[in-house]
Amino acid sequence: MGSIRLEGVQKSFGDVHVIPNVDLDIADGEFVVFVGPSGCGKSTLLRLIAGLEDVSAGRVIIDGENATETPPAKRRLSMVFQSYALYPHMSVYNNIAFPLKMSGEEKDAIDQKVQAAAKTLNLTDYLDRKPRQLSGGQRQRVAIGRAIVRQPVAFLFDEPLSNLDAALRVNMRLEISELHHQLKTTMVYVTHDQVEAMTMADKIVVLQAGNVEQVGSPLELYHHPRNLFVAGFIGSPKMNFLGGKIAAAHKCHTIGVRPEHVGIDKTKGDWQGTVGVAEHLGADTFLHVKAESGETLTVRVDGEMDVDHGDKVFLTPEPAKIHRFDTNGLTLQG
Amino acid sequence: MATAHTRTLSRFMMSPAVLLLFLWMIVPLSMTLFFSFQRYNLLHPERQRFGGFFNYSFFVTDPAFFAAISNTLILVGGVLAITIIGGILLALLLDQPIFGQGIVRILFISPFFVMPTVSALVWKNMLMNPVFGIFANMSMGLGLKPIDWLADFPLLSIVIIVAWQWLPFATLILLTALQSLDEEQKEASEMDGANFANRFVFIVLPHLARAITVVILIETIFLLSVFAEILVTTNGGPGVQSTNLTFLIYGRALLNFDIGGASAGGVIAIILANIVAIFLMRMIGRNLEA
Amino acid sequence: MARAIPLRRKIGFTALAWLIGLLIFFPIFWTILTSFKSEGDAIASPPLLFFNFTLENYAEVQSRSDYLKHFMNSVVICGGSTILALIIAVPAAWSMAFSPTKRTKDILMWMLSTKMLPPVGVLVPIYLLFRNWGLLDTQFGLTIVLMLINLPIIVWMLYTYFREIPADILEACRMDGAVLWKEIVYILLPMAVPGIASTLLLNVILAWNEAFWTLNLTAAKAAPLTAFIASYSSPEGLFWAKLSAASTMAIAPILVLGWFSQRQLVRGLTFGAVK
Repeated sequence: MGSIRLEGVQKSFGDVHVIPNVDLDIADGEFVVFVGPSGCGKSTLLRLIAGLEDVSAGRVIIDGENATETPPAKRRLSMVFQSYALYPHMSVYNNIAFPLKMSGEEKDAIDQKVQAAAKTLNLTDYLDRKPRQLSGGQRQRVAIGRAIVRQPVAFLFDEPLSNLDAALRVNMRLEISELHHQLKTTMVYVTHDQVEAMTMADKIVVLQAGNVEQVGSPLELYHHPRNLFVAGFIGSPKMNFLGGKIAAAHKCHTIGVRPEHVGIDKTKGDWQGTVGVAEHLGADTFLHVKAESGETLTVRVDGEMDVDHGDKVFLTPEPAKIHRFDTNGLTLQG
Repeated sequence: MATAHTRTLSRFMMSPAVLLLFLWMIVPLSMTLFFSFQRYNLLHPERQRFGGFFNYSFFVTDPAFFAAISNTLILVGGVLAITIIGGILLALLLDQPIFGQGIVRILFISPFFVMPTVSALVWKNMLMNPVFGIFANMSMGLGLKPIDWLADFPLLSIVIIVAWQWLPFATLILLTALQSLDEEQKEASEMDGANFANRFVFIVLPHLARAITVVILIETIFLLSVFAEILVTTNGGPGVQSTNLTFLIYGRALLNFDIGGASAGGVIAIILANIVAIFLMRMIGRNLEA
Repeated sequence: MARAIPLRRKIGFTALAWLIGLLIFFPIFWTILTSFKSEGDAIASPPLLFFNFTLENYAEVQSRSDYLKHFMNSVVICGGSTILALIIAVPAAWSMAFSPTKRTKDILMWMLSTKMLPPVGVLVPIYLLFRNWGLLDTQFGLTIVLMLINLPIIVWMLYTYFREIPADILEACRMDGAVLWKEIVYILLPMAVPGIASTLLLNVILAWNEAFWTLNLTAAKAAPLTAFIASYSSPEGLFWAKLSAASTMAIAPILVLGWFSQRQLVRGLTFGAVK
């Protein structure tokens, strides 16, 4: 029901080719996350699906029908904006009811649906208030309420949690995931935060400079990144990259190994290094170690480790977890 | 934000405004230009004929023309001086903590909203009249001979009246600009040891420079066209002592019915205004980027 | 400022500000005062601050049918030109604010530049055209002129107010299924009402006080208050008290409106060059 397909989609603003070419398939019911650094085109891609921007070339197919020329109002999609975009002069009730009013539904049907949505999102007590009287999290929920009440073919989220504080963000992440399980509707979610991507997605689309670098499930991207960019983008803290003699010893241009896959010992190991800054988070410790070869590596240690700034340590990467990259940054197999 | 289907619609929605203003500009302007090269008087319309630069040379060699130009410059210059300096001082004053700020502001800005004909007549009769006016009464009270303002100092009187009307405008603009000055900048300079005079010269004045320029440009454009005040008080007189360029052209057109001459004068007025407008447009353009 | 302002300083500035304020306001004050005097009292020397309060001047001005006629002329011309300008300006400002193109800024600046044309430069052709088309001394003719001279400011002000409406709210309503006219009626206009009201206010003030075209294109029939008052410039007999009454009635509405429109004035008349 809620399948979306992008065929050869391109977008240029004047001379700037924001999206050179994208082919993408989104199955019905999937939670797909577009992720990438600022300016990679993820929001533009979302807006092309929504119809808020015209494609420069290519087709947007929603539910098997070519929707490329269809105006946004007729695409039966719902969008949650980063700034929530609530109507300031209307009450919460009217905000949520607005899409139903636009499609010409009966007053009773509208009331039923608004009340149902409000109940799902814990907004029943706030229906009479105006947006300016609500907190950030509440406004967020009103925006979501307005989106779900239409029973759209798919939901589009444009960095919806960016404006919330850290604690609230974690809560809302869970709520949105829970919503997806409940409604089973396709959701396309844009974020620059790879933690959100990893925790919420069925499928992640990693974008850079308008190009799709890789599409896959979170763990697929984690274990088998196709290139240097994806390897460095997914996973926090970032994967360690080493070149020079060490990479040559592994017969490639660059090797990469994640902080959690590097063993550390005070007396023996493959590489020698000096401890720099240590970040103690309680459950983990992250050590920044300056290796003899010159690079600084991040190493994750389970629990606590008794080292001081300037101590000499030895690092050993897990052989099975070393990623090898060629001169173009592509992953070498084998 | 714009998609194809909103774009054609938007072009359609802009067209009435653009079209109307375009016609409003082009038609009269080209007519003025045309008539300026014609010898045409409404009292003898049958004698209309091409005149080349006759009107221009006649206009420019008319002694009234130079009087009008110099009067215009004095009028604009005088009002600018009074309103800018006065405006800065009043803005500084209003920026201070005062009891009843709201009411004081209302008192300061009221003259701008009085229609020019009323202002002029009130000043002419009730203040400046040499027999019954307030100024006359004050002079007599001090034992001095009352001044016949409008007869003896016509241009100065007009300057005073117009400056009274425009002072609120300058004050309001400069006050707005003043209040947009970051409080922290002033505090930082105080920490650096600057006293009030220093702060004024090095921090406040440069910040106001932009607003002052805008006020000068906008006032100049409107002051070049001062008309009603002159019509209602001195009628340009005595002689041409208080005639500005606008009034001169008006007389030529609607009193002498000299269409050709008035049009030539009109072209000159437009050129003058354009010079100022170019500078103003550049300032606005810079701001539209923001 | 968190520092305590010395009370002495505050009182000093207050006194100075009030003094200057009263001086500036004095001519207006004196006019209003004189309107309640008899003609004899009005020209009394030394000028009277206390006198026998009378409403006879107001009664006489109002009973003169021509005062009412001129007042209505002002109302019709101001209202008409404002409404007409609004109808033309709202779509133009909408398209410039929400569908800007590379030329939008240039078009806007060009519109503003038309306001900088000295009216005397086009006095001759406009006068001739109006004469030939029978528009001289008509409410209609003057309404059109005033609409045209204020149109740039109205478009400009509406443009700035529309731009302040967040774009994503309009996008949201499009996603919610609103076609264009519904977007304008349900979302844009309600949110822009304060801005539109401010623009109306400023335009009414500017049109009411306009004193070039109203003086030159009208005679007895369509003359608004500006021209009517101007006819008092060389009257006969004692007239100051009546002039004061007529003037007070002519300026009172605009004075009140003006007090409420200070911010709009700055926005509208500096074309945004001062924030």
